[in-house]
Amino acid sequence: MSATILIVDDEQPIRRLLRNTLERAGYRVAEAMNGAEAMTQLRAEAPSGVLLDLGLPDRDGLELVPLIRRQGETAILVISARDATDQKVAALDLGADDYVTKPFDTEELLARLRVALRHRSLSAATPKIVRKGDLEIDLDQRVVRRGAEEIHLTRKEHDVLAILARSVGRVVTHDRILAAAWSREEDPRIEYLRIVVRNLRQKLETPGPVGSVIANELGVGYRLLAEA
Amino acid sequence: MNQPARPSPEALLRQAAQEGRGTLKIFLGAAPGVGKTFEMLTDGASRRREGVDVVIGVVETHGRAETEALTRGHEIMPRRAIDYEGRTLHEMDLDAILARAPRLVLVDELAHTNAPGSRHPKRHQDVEELLAAGIDVYSTLNIQHIESLNDVVASFTRVRVRETVPDSILEMAEIEVVDLPPDELIERLKAGKVYLPQEATRALSHFFSKSNLSALRELALRRAAQAVDAQMLDHVRAIGVGGTWAGGERIVVAINELPGAETLVRAAKRIADALHGPWTAVFIETPRSQGFGDAEHRRLAAAINLATRLGGEIATVPAANVVDGLKTFIAEARATQLIVGKSQRSRWFELRHGSVVDQLVRETPDVAVHVLPLEAAPAEPESRRKPGGGQWGSPAGYLWTAAMVAGITLAGRALLHILDLGNVALLYLLPVMAAASLFGLRTGLFAGLTSSLAYNFVFLPPVGTLSINNPENVISVIVLLGTAVVTSQLTARVRAQADLAASSARANAALAGFLRKLTTLGTADDVARTIVEEVSRLFGCATILLTHTEGQGMTVQAASDSGYRMETMDLAAAQWAFDSRAAAGRGTETLAASDWRFQPLIVGERTLAVLAVANERGGDPVRPDQLPLLVNLVDQAALVLERFRFEAEMRDVDAIRTRDRLRGALLSSVSHDLRTPLTSVMAAADALEHGATPELIGTIKAEAARLNRFIANLLDMARVEAGALRLNIEPVDLGDAVTSAAHDVRSVLHGHELRLDVPPDLPFVRADPQLLHHCLLNLLDNAGRYGDPGTPIVIEGAHQFGVLRLAVLDQGPGLPPGREQEVFETFRRVEGSDRAAGGTGLGLAIVKAFADAMGVGIEAANRADGRGARFGLVFPSNLIVRADAPGDA
Repeated sequence: MSATILIVDDEQPIRRLLRNTLERAGYRVAEAMNGAEAMTQLRAEAPSGVLLDLGLPDRDGLELVPLIRRQGETAILVISARDATDQKVAALDLGADDYVTKPFDTEELLARLRVALRHRSLSAATPKIVRKGDLEIDLDQRVVRRGAEEIHLTRKEHDVLAILARSVGRVVTHDRILAAAWSREEDPRIEYLRIVVRNLRQKLETPGPVGSVIANELGVGYRLLAEA
Repeated sequence: MNQPARPSPEALLRQAAQEGRGTLKIFLGAAPGVGKTFEMLTDGASRRREGVDVVIGVVETHGRAETEALTRGHEIMPRRAIDYEGRTLHEMDLDAILARAPRLVLVDELAHTNAPGSRHPKRHQDVEELLAAGIDVYSTLNIQHIESLNDVVASFTRVRVRETVPDSILEMAEIEVVDLPPDELIERLKAGKVYLPQEATRALSHFFSKSNLSALRELALRRAAQAVDAQMLDHVRAIGVGGTWAGGERIVVAINELPGAETLVRAAKRIADALHGPWTAVFIETPRSQGFGDAEHRRLAAAINLATRLGGEIATVPAANVVDGLKTFIAEARATQLIVGKSQRSRWFELRHGSVVDQLVRETPDVAVHVLPLEAAPAEPESRRKPGGGQWGSPAGYLWTAAMVAGITLAGRALLHILDLGNVALLYLLPVMAAASLFGLRTGLFAGLTSSLAYNFVFLPPVGTLSINNPENVISVIVLLGTAVVTSQLTARVRAQADLAASSARANAALAGFLRKLTTLGTADDVARTIVEEVSRLFGCATILLTHTEGQGMTVQAASDSGYRMETMDLAAAQWAFDSRAAAGRGTETLAASDWRFQPLIVGERTLAVLAVANERGGDPVRPDQLPLLVNLVDQAALVLERFRFEAEMRDVDAIRTRDRLRGALLSSVSHDLRTPLTSVMAAADALEHGATPELIGTIKAEAARLNRFIANLLDMARVEAGALRLNIEPVDLGDAVTSAAHDVRSVLHGHELRLDVPPDLPFVRADPQLLHHCLLNLLDNAGRYGDPGTPIVIEGAHQFGVLRLAVLDQGPGLPPGREQEVFETFRRVEGSDRAAGGTGLGLAIVKAFADAMGVGIEAANRADGRGARFGLVFPSNLIVRADAPGDA
C-alpha cells in the first residue's frame, strides 16, 4: 500500500504540479487549499506526510505545524520562501521534519520527503551504521572508518557527527546541535560548531568537493548527506 | 519710529467678520460646582434690568434652589422634545430662539452633545448659528472640555471627557473666569451643593482632589489670560498701534536681591508689552552678592522665575559694581529702555557711594531710564553671610592672632637692644595685617587692640602699666587700629572679587566643557545622553531628557539614572513645559508640586525637548544662583540637538533623491529583463506542444533559473534601498559559504566547471552569512554569464599580509581597462558584453552594497594572466577571527 501525502498550498498550479510529481513517484495524494481544509483532510486521510506551504490564506502555516505534529507520526515537509531562515528554523523547532525552498527542484523535494517518511516510520529505532561511499560511521561503537582504515575523531567531533548521523539526510539546526553536544557551562557558540564541522570535513570529505558529506544549510543548520 | 503703523490685514479681517455678529461671553470654570450657571444668570439679570431683551435658551439648574430662583423673571424658551430609542430628550429649541430673536440668550453648558436627530451634533454649533444671526450669547464651560487641554487634564485627573469644544470658540469670546478656591469647592461638594450625575460619582470623587482642583484652576486662569492676550494683540494690530516694534525697542530691567524686585519685573513686562519689544531681566553679580543669605537668594530666584514666566530673557553679568555691569550689558544688548528700582538706601549711603541712579542717568545717555519706587516690603530678617564664619570670625582666628601678638612681643623684647620703640611698633603691623587679611575685620581689630595693649604694657614707659606718657605713642596705637580696619576692608574686597571671578570662571568652564563634549558626539542619542550626564554632574541632580512623541505624549529619551520616577502629574508638567515653552514644575509657579523642574529646549519656533531635573534628597533641584547657568546649558544643548535634527533631515532628502533616481533606472530595465526569459519560456513551451525535441526543456529550466536569480536580486536591492538591511554578524567559515553558494548557483552555471581553491585552514571571518551568500551568488552568476562557454570558474581564497581575499575568476573578455570600478554601479552593464544573458547589472551593485554594509572591501580587475576578469572580496584584519578560537576543548 502506498503512502498518502497531503499537499497544503493555496496555489492551484503548484498543487497540480506537486500532485503530478508525487503520483509519478507512487504516492497517493490528498489536497488542501487552506488551513481549515488541511485539518479536515488530516483527520479524514491520516496521511503519512504533509507538504505544507507556510503562506496560507486563512492562517499562518507555522501554526499548523504543532497541530499536525499532535496528530501523530506524520512527516512534515515545509515549503518556504528563499530568505525566510527565521521561518525555517521556527518550523523545525515546532516539529517539522525538513524544508524545501521555493522554487524547488522536484528531485530534491522527493529525496527530502523520502528521508522524512523513513525517519517517521523508524523514529523509534535510530540507525546504527551510516554510510557514504566507502565512509562508514558506526554510531554504537563510535568508530568512523574509510574502507578498512579507522579515522580518528576527537570526542566533540564524534558528538556532532553522531547528532547529524542520527538524523541522516535531514537538516539539524545549529541550536539543536549546540544544545546536544555542548554543556551550558561551555558557553555554546556557533563558532565552536563551525570549527568542529570544518575539522570533520577535513577528515571525512577528502577526496571530493567541500560539502559533499556535511552540507551547510545557510542560516539554519547542517545536513549529513549519507545513507542510513 | 513715530510713523503711524499700518493695521495688520489679518487682524482687520477678523474684526470685520465680527461685525454684525452677536458676541459670545463664556463663563469659564475649573470644575463643576464653581458656580458658572449662577454667575451667568446673575449677569443676565443685571443686563435685563438695563433693559436688554434677555431670554434663557437652556439652563440646567440641577434642582438647586438659588439657581432656580435666578431663572425666575427671565423669559424661558420652551425646549424641544426629541424621541430617541423610546426615550424623550429635551433639547434647546434653536429655531424657536432664532424666531424669537432676542438681544441676548443664555445657553448653559457649551460642550453639551445634542440628542441624535438635532440640527447640529454639538451645542456649540447651535451657539455659532445664534451668533451668526446677530444674537449675543452667554454660555458656560468647564476647562477640561477645551479641546487642546483635554489630554492635559485627562493625564492628571484620569477622567477623560468626550465632549469637547474647539479652541477657536474661545478666541472670539469674551471670557469670565468663575473662580472658587479648591478648599471651598470641596466644602460645597461635601455639603452636597454640587450636582454630579449618579453614575459618575465615583470617578468624579477622585477628580475633586485638592491637587487636581488646583491644577485645573491654574489651567483655567491661564487659558483665560491667553485668550485675552490674543484679543488684545489683534486689537492693537488692528488699530495700528505698536509700530515701535520695528524700531527695535529693547527693554532691560535691572533686578536685585531686595524686596520688590518682582515689582520691577512686572513693570518691565508691562512696558515691554506696551512698546512691543523684547525684554531682559539682568542681575549684576557684584562682590557684594557673595554675602547673600538664603532670603536674598530666594528673592532673587523669585524675580528670575517671574521674568522667565512672563516671557523675558534672563541674564547674569559679573562685574565690579552695578553701574559698570549695567553699562556693559546695555551696550551688548543694545537696549533702549532701562528700568531700575529707586534706591531705599539711606542718604548717608548715597553720599558715600554716590547714587546708582544718578550715575546711570549720567553715563548712559542713549537709554531712557525708568526709575520705579520699590514697594516697601515687610522687613525680613537679614542673614548676611560673611566669609570665614560670619561677622565675628572664627575662634581659631582669635587664637592664632593672640599667638602672633605674643610671638611679636617676645621677638620685640629680644630685639629691643637694636631697635628703638617706634620700630617695635612697626613690628606689630605684621600680626594686625595678617589677622585682618586672613580672618576679617573683627579679628583684625582684635589684633590691633591686643597689639596696642601689649605694646603699651611691655614696651611703652612706664613699662608694666597700661598708661601712656608720651602723646606720640597714642598715635602708634591709633595707627595699629587704623591699619587693622583698612587692611581687613581691602582684603575682604579683593577676596570677594576673587571668589566672584572664580565662580564665574567655573560657570564659564562648565559651559565650555559642556559644549566641547556635545560637539564631538556622533549621534543625537549620544547628545541626549551626554546632556543628562553633564547636567547631572554639574548640578548634582537626577536628570532626564524627555521629548514629545506623536501618539505617546512625553517619552524619556535619556536619563542620568535608570531608577527615576515620573508620575502622571510630572508628565503633565513636562507636557505643559513643552507646549507652552516655559519652565514648569518645582521652583516655578506652574505645577510646582512636582519633584521635577522642567526646562524646555527651544530653538526658534520649535520646542525640541524638555530637560527635567530633580534633587534626589528632595528640595529644589538647582540652587537659584545656578539657574542662569542651567538655562544657558539648556539653550546650548538645544542648539546642538537642532543641528543633529537638521543634518538628519538633509540626509533623508539626499537618500530620497538617490532612491528616486535608482527607481527610475530600475523600471526601465526590469521590463526588459523580466520579459526576455519569459519570452524564451513561452516560446519553448509552445514548440514542445507542437512536438519539438525535449532539448528545449533545458532552455526552459535555464531561463526559469535566470528569472529566479533576477527576482532574488530585485528583492535584495529593494531591501538595500529601503534601508532595511539588518546585519546579523557572526563568525563564518568561508568554506561553508563557498559550498552553499556553489550549490545554489549550479543551475545557472551551465557549461562552466566550478573549481574551488579555498585552503581549508583559512581563518573565520566576521560577516553576515546571508549577505555574504548573496555576494558570492552574484559573483559566481556574473562569472558564469560573462565567462566564455565551457571555461572553468575558479574561486580562490588567500590569507596574506593581514587581509583575507576571496576571489572569483572567469575566462572571457575581461573588463574594459581603466573602467573596472564602474561595474559596481547600479544598472551598469559592461558595454557589448551582455550578449550572453542580458542582466540588469543589479548583481554587482548588490555585491557592493552588501559588502559595504559588512565593512568588506571589493575589487574588480582583469586577471594577472590576462585571460578574463577577477572579482574579489577583501576582508580587512578587523573582520578576521583569530585562528585560536576555542572549539574542540
